[in-house]
Parts: sequence; C-alpha cells; structure tokens
Amino acid sequence: MKETPVKYQCPNCEHVYDEAQGDPHEGFAPGTRWEQIPDSWACPGCAVRDKVDFEPLKDPA
Amino acid sequence: MSNPSSLVQPPSSGAHWADPKRYLWLLGPAIPLIGVLMLAVYTQTGAAWSLWFSVALVHLILPVLDYIFGEDADNPPDDALARLDADRYYSWVLYAFVPLQIGVTIYGAWMAATLDLSWLEMVGLAISVGIVNGIAINTAHELGHKKDKLDRWLARISLAPTFYGHFYVEHNRGHHKNVATPEDPASSRFGESFWAFWPRTVMGSLRSSWHLEAERLQRVNKGVWSRDNENLQSWGMSVVLFGGLLAVLGWKALPFLLIQAVYGFSLLEVVNYLEHYGLLRRKNPDGRYERCQPEHSWNSNHTVTNLFLYHLQRHSDHHANPTRRYQTLRHFDDSPQLPSGYAGMITLAYITPLWYALMNKRVVRHYQGDLSRISFNPARREALMAQYADYAASVRAEAAKAPATARA
Repeated sequence: MKETPVKYQCPNCEHVYDEAQGDPHEGFAPGTRWEQIPDSWACPGCAVRDKVDFEPLKDPA
Repeated sequence: MSNPSSLVQPPSSGAHWADPKRYLWLLGPAIPLIGVLMLAVYTQTGAAWSLWFSVALVHLILPVLDYIFGEDADNPPDDALARLDADRYYSWVLYAFVPLQIGVTIYGAWMAATLDLSWLEMVGLAISVGIVNGIAINTAHELGHKKDKLDRWLARISLAPTFYGHFYVEHNRGHHKNVATPEDPASSRFGESFWAFWPRTVMGSLRSSWHLEAERLQRVNKGVWSRDNENLQSWGMSVVLFGGLLAVLGWKALPFLLIQAVYGFSLLEVVNYLEHYGLLRRKNPDGRYERCQPEHSWNSNHTVTNLFLYHLQRHSDHHANPTRRYQTLRHFDDSPQLPSGYAGMITLAYITPLWYALMNKRVVRHYQGDLSRISFNPARREALMAQYADYAASVRAEAAKAPATARA
C-alpha cells in the first residue's frame, strides 16, 4: 500500500492541517480525513488559498 | 529600486538593522490618548473646539502632514524580518490601544449623560469618540489576524463599542477570500459612490458573517443560535458594554452611544471603500478566481497615516500575506498607489464627483485601458464603458507607443 501523507500545508501562510488533530474550531473532529473536507474550504490561517491548493507535507519522523 | 544604496548593502545588514519607525508606532495608541485628553480639555475649560479636534485631525491635520512628510517606500532588509516579527514590543503597542479606547468610550458616555451639552456639542462629542472607535477597528483588524489567543480576544473587545464584532468573522473568512470579486460586499466598484456602497457593505458583511458562522456551526452539529457562535459572543460584549453604561448613566447616554457606533463603523467602511475601488480578480479556466495579487489593492506609502494606522496602507502585502505583522509589511513596486494617504482619500470619498474625478481615470490606467478588467457598478456598466471608451483608447495607444519598461 502506498504511504499516504496525513498532513497538508497551505502554500501561502504555512498553516498545517493534521488529520490526527483535525480542526475542531472549523468543525473537523480529530481523525477527519483530508478527503472528507469540502473543496470550497479556505485556509483558516489566511483565506488566500483553498483546500485544493494545499500541499501534502511529509512527516519528518 | 529608487535607492541604489540598498543594492550595495552587504547581505548581513539585517543583523544590525534598527527599525527607524520603532517608537513612531506609538502614534497608533496616541489616537485614543488624544481622544481622552480632548475630553479632559472640554471638562476642564468648556472649550467647544476640543470636541471637534478629532474630526480636524483625521480630515485636515493628517492629510496636510501626509503632504508635508510625503512617502516612504523603504522595506526592512529580508534578514531582519524574523527578528522584527518576533519582537513582542510591537504587540504591546497594539494592546495599549484597547484600554485607552474603552476609557474614552466610558468617559464620553459619562459626559453625555451628566454634562449640560447643547445638541451640537453632543454630536461633536459622539463623533470624536466614534472616530477613536472607528480607528480602533483598524487595531482590531491587526489583532484579529493573529493566532495568539490574547490578540484575538482584544480584537473582539476593541470591536464592542461599534457593535461590529461580526467584522472579526467576516473580514478574515469572507473579505479575504472574496476580495476584489463581485462576491465581496466590502470591495467597492467603479462608478459606485460611497453613499451607495455604505448600505451594500454594511448589510452584505453582516449577512455574510452570519452565513459563515452558520456553516461552521453546522459542521460541528450545532445550530446558528449556539453559544459558540462567534458573532453572538462578540455582540454579547457590546450588549454588556452598552447595557452597563445605560444602567449606570441612564438613557441620556443612548443617543451618544448610537451616534458614535454608527460614525465609528462608517469610518471603517469608507476605508473599505477606497482599498479595492474598481479592482477585479479574473476567473481562471477552472472557474475559481485568480489568487489575490498585489495589483488587487490600493496602497499608499504616505508616512504619517501609515504610522497612525499600523501600516494598513501597505494593503497589497497584507492581502497577499494576511498573517504578516504590521511592522514587517512591505511596499511592492507593482502595487497600485493612491494619490494621497488614506486620511486624505476618505475625505474625498465622501464627495462623489471629486472621488470619480481623481480615481476613475487612475483605474483605467491601472488596467492599461482594458475596460473589461474593471469591476463596474453593474447598474451603470454600459454607460461607464461608453463614457471612458475614448480615454481608454488613448491609454492603450500610449502604452503601445512606449515599451512596458518605460512606464513610470
């Protein structure tokens, strides 16, 4: 099975979405998969970029 | 690039660079301090001019000082940015504004309720305090973009006197997402007067903030009337502030509170009016709007207003990088520039024919005579395109003659 990244980063403000943590304030419980987040969701850090602009972040661990 | 010496600086210049504006940023919290002092002058001497000083400061003194001191396009060296960003001093300059602002609001309400003021003095008092609380929305704006919890709470407290707590939601998640598109109520259109823009932005921003919170709360399986609704929480602060003042001071304070709130948020809205006038993001083939670029905000490097407004006028960098702190905002050479600072421009924005005379051709030049790129007031689109067709043609002809690099 291919390794799937669990963190995604906004290319503008470096805000990170971590599937393990989710984003409870935005309504995404811990464990919410990236695929479950609507495409129209804007970066909560800057709102300059949207979900589809986020880039997978390789875990350094 | 106008200063050649910046090209020959060694790469390590940032390590020893000292911010020349460091202490001048104290002019920000000086605004509510001046507000308090002027109210004190009135209580001590009864001099009516002191109730109008803030009006003169914004509409007369600041524009004149901008004219005298001119522009400053200097940017901190790149390798000084991290240190500048991490320096807590700059946060304290912001925090200082909020208690002073709440102080001036309470002081003003007390004066309105207990002194025997003529109706003209009453209006002057309310407008003076409204100016402080309107400029406070700029402080709240800077604080509300930060991730720090204290910053974000202070932002919302700072919005309480103008009943504009929903700005905290709508600005970050609505305006920044939709800026310079027809979807944004807070981006003004070519051929739209401030007086037509005002109801559209006031009602549209309120509606948008309500929908944004409803949508977010739905994802957490909560209704829009939940205690977690950040709009309701922020308006709750206003209810507590207004209710507390009315309970202690009586109904005589109510006209004062209402006038200062409306004047205050209208000051924010007139600044909104000039920040993106006529500017439009294009749609990409995939149907999404192009990313917000420096060309989508009006800027000003006028030093004095920038110091009073925490670099708000370096608006292109703010929209490209909304989490960047005020002390590190940069000037971009390719960003559209206003002929004066925001203080002078808001005064002109109230006088529609003057505004059109000063700005419309500037927008046409910004788009190099391509009228299809302008965000028009839809009701007047055809008429305006006809009106500016000749001017646009002359701009295009001029641009064709001169190579792009020769443009000033």
